Amino acid sequence: MVREYRIIEKSEIVPNVHKFVIRDHSIARKAQAGQFVLVMANEKGERIPLTLSDWDLKEGTITLYVLELGVSTMELIDLCEGDSLFSLAGPLGHEAEVKKFGRVLLGGGCFGVGGIYPIAKAMKEEGNHVTAIIEARSNYLIYNQEEIGSVVDELYITTSDGSMGLKGHVQDQLAELIKNGKRYDRAYFMGCTFMLMKCSEATRPQKIPTGVALNAIMLDGTGMCGCCRVSVGGETKFACVDGPELDGHAVDWDELFIRKHIYREEEAVSYQSHACRSMTGYERDRKTPEGGGA
Amino acid sequence: MIGSSPRTKMPEQPPEIRARNFKEVPFGLSEELALSEASRCLNCKNPLCVQGCPVGVKIPEFIKLIKEEQFAAAARKIKETNALPAVCGRVCPQEVQCEAKCILGIKHEPVAIGYLERFCADYEREMELTEIPEPAPPTGKRVAVIGSGPSGLTVAGDLVKLGHEVVIFEALHKPGGVLTYGIPEFRLPKKIVQAEVDNLIKQGADLQVDSVMGKMRSVDELMNEDGFDAVYIGVGAGLPRFMNIPGENLNNIYSANEYLTRVNLMKAYLFPIYATPVEKGKKVAVIGGGNVAMDSVRTALRLGAEKAMIVYRRAKEQLPGRKEEVHHAEQEGVEFHLLHNPIRYIGDENGCVKAMECIKMELGEPDSSGRRRPIPIEGSEFMLECDMVIVSIGTGANPVIFSTLPDVNRNKWGYIEVNEETMETSKPFVYAGGDIVTGSATVIQAMGAGRIAANAIHKKLSEQPKKKKDK
Ligand SMILES: Cc1cc2nc3c(=O)[nH]c(=O)nc-3n(C[C@H](O)[C@H](O)[C@H](O)COP(=O)(O)OP(=O)(O)OC[C@H]3O[C@@H](n4cnc5c(N)ncnc54)[C@H](O)[C@@H]3O)c2cc1C
Ligand SMILES: Cc1cc2nc3c(=O)[nH]c(=O)nc-3n(C[C@H](O)[C@H](O)[C@H](O)COP(=O)(O)OP(=O)(O)OC[C@H]3O[C@@H](n4cnc5c(N)ncnc54)[C@H](O)[C@@H]3O)c2cc1C
Ligand code: SF4
Ligand code: SF4
Ligand code: FES
Repeated sequence: MVREYRIIEKSEIVPNVHKFVIRDHSIARKAQAGQFVLVMANEKGERIPLTLSDWDLKEGTITLYVLELGVSTMELIDLCEGDSLFSLAGPLGHEAEVKKFGRVLLGGGCFGVGGIYPIAKAMKEEGNHVTAIIEARSNYLIYNQEEIGSVVDELYITTSDGSMGLKGHVQDQLAELIKNGKRYDRAYFMGCTFMLMKCSEATRPQKIPTGVALNAIMLDGTGMCGCCRVSVGGETKFACVDGPELDGHAVDWDELFIRKHIYREEEAVSYQSHACRSMTGYERDRKTPEGGGA
Repeated sequence: MIGSSPRTKMPEQPPEIRARNFKEVPFGLSEELALSEASRCLNCKNPLCVQGCPVGVKIPEFIKLIKEEQFAAAARKIKETNALPAVCGRVCPQEVQCEAKCILGIKHEPVAIGYLERFCADYEREMELTEIPEPAPPTGKRVAVIGSGPSGLTVAGDLVKLGHEVVIFEALHKPGGVLTYGIPEFRLPKKIVQAEVDNLIKQGADLQVDSVMGKMRSVDELMNEDGFDAVYIGVGAGLPRFMNIPGENLNNIYSANEYLTRVNLMKAYLFPIYATPVEKGKKVAVIGGGNVAMDSVRTALRLGAEKAMIVYRRAKEQLPGRKEEVHHAEQEGVEFHLLHNPIRYIGDENGCVKAMECIKMELGEPDSSGRRRPIPIEGSEFMLECDMVIVSIGTGANPVIFSTLPDVNRNKWGYIEVNEETMETSKPFVYAGGDIVTGSATVIQAMGAGRIAANAIHKKLSEQPKKKKDK
């Protein structure tokens, strides 16, 4: 029973978004829509949460989409097919609430474009009418649309520059659908914090029950440290064990934004020192800006 | 009289130096010092010290072996009842356990049993004299141990020795429980914990890290699908408590668990070589007075705090921390704000804590725990400046494992109820011990519970016919 967490497949599917397929039977056989894993790329790395975006029981594999942001995501992306992760724990968090709601609306941005796929699938299997909206800055950054398209009833795409679908964001498309008389019984959003907040605002007037996959900073992911605490309806919740799905209309967004930025300076230091860390002095000297030398 | 010679002082790093590094504070005894301390022991016929030790370490016997300069044999003598002497010698609250009962303590000072215990265990390890016991012939029984803290390690060690197949499942990426993620390097070097775990693996225990049980696997699945005959739950008390006062979610307010995990497990004190960050407060207030609070405040000092404060709602005599830790903290310059309690936190424009409002307390009538209850003095509120707060007011039962374990009875605090003679829970063949049964207690108590459970598991499994296994 040796778990190796081997990377079976890795590719940059659109600029800056890397798809990882990792072998781990233990997690694959227990994964549920909306859950996540905690990953360490190497022994000195951080423990970072990543959403289970798909899994294959037979192959015993899980799929993760990684957006490069800072050092920890960069170190993951530095790994190659055939390499193993240092640590992989999961599946963590509650599964998303999936049942027969009626008409369900899903929104995904950033890693959420990958992450809403299992939820879309599960919602559909429960017999819901499922509408999905995905967003990116530009058309060439849209990924996963075929997969999502194959399991939902309606798929909308938005881009910030208008190069594909509606010009704008998930919440703009949502507003338009509502304006056109569409009604939803349930909404679920996954992506960056700003998007989650904006989308929750957009469903509030209609009182559409809204779950958001909260992306608080996490450390252990098992409710042991309290690092991921967020205020929801005036109560402190731990996003890793009480969530990640929490009530978007009750989240204290201001507090979450502040808590997400606690390590901003350290992240910058880490980023700057990283390039030096992965190279020897010799390599550094040889790597001239013109790319000469090596 | 022999015992009247003064108790040996442990050589240690001077406070002003050690308060800025993460190296272990006491150096340990030299052979000369150990021999001279051992010579103080009266080798009592009816050794009271043994009664004070929760696992009944054969104290006069091991000290006698030290006197005979058989240091490794002394370590083995301790290991007959205590699997982790290098750890316990360092972290047991000896002053309320073995040493509290030592007869010499009546007139003079008690024998430094903890120092001696540490000395022989270190000697055995450093001289590479550790013997890996030959396990009994395989019994064909399999036991799953959930959690690799002192309690789980003890169960695993005992059962492997008896010939059972043991798999330890640990949620984190490193074994050791609180010994690894909680107690800091300067008090318990991590290489010692690792050496103990390595020995266990050499004996044949299988360690599976990254395994959050209740999520990755349920207890029922372990027993019904994976062919385990018994399960031991030693998951500790890993749920941080907060006070639920205004401002508690401001940045730079940590639970002690988070702060210590970042620094110890993730090695944030070596950031950015290790990628996990931790904030470095200049004026750090730690709320609480136990070992965890002392570890946090002394860690903050080592990370560069100019002012490191303990804010505790009772008086000095009631500080629950180990005496040596309180003393070390004082020496290192920690300020003690006693009979004080925070009532709210105030943040700056960036959402970071910049002060807390405290209220002064006085001691009233004794409460159910027998300690005098602290009562707030009305109108005594005042502001205390701080740029970091570490909340260290205790822990509760972490619910993760229980989500798939509804059929194990728990008490009103959420801790598991067991038959104290066997540590068996209300679910047959499922045992539990350590902090998840008692609430936060001590390393040696967690180990004691593990030993009782191991014996009971062995007895019960030996009575069982061999089970057919599909895996
Ligand atoms: C439940 C959950 C699921 C997630 N799923 C995915 C996913 O599928 N794919 C993906 O690319 N990203 C996902 N994320 C976000 C991902 O964890 C962060 O992008 C990553 O930790 C950033 O690390 P970094 O060192 O590369 O960047 P940094 O430079 O360290 O940080 C960039 C930003 O990431 C956030 N962050 C930093 N450390 C953590 C941490 N330990 N935990 C959470 N957030 C952190 C902070 O807000 C920070 O401002 C998820 C987050 C959560 C909480
Ligand atoms: C900072 C600190 C300082 C302390 N100082 C002292 C001291 O000086 N002296 C002393 O005697 N005691 C001290 N204690 C108390 C002592 O450490 C504990 O009583 C003891 O460690 C309890 O042992 P345990 O085996 O029950 O649990 P723990 O040591 O808590 O270990 C439990 C393990 O189980 C794992 N786990 C949890 N949930 C799961 C799950 N679902 N699946 C798999 N694994 C899981 C955890 O990750 C952990 O590794 C201190 C505690 C702390 C926090
Ligand atoms: S295990 Fe702890 S209490 Fe027992 S003798 Fe050793 S130091 Fe004393
Ligand atoms: S009570 Fe004190 S003097 Fe007597 S055997 Fe124990 S340690 Fe030695
Ligand atoms: S990440 Fe530690 S409690 Fe949620």
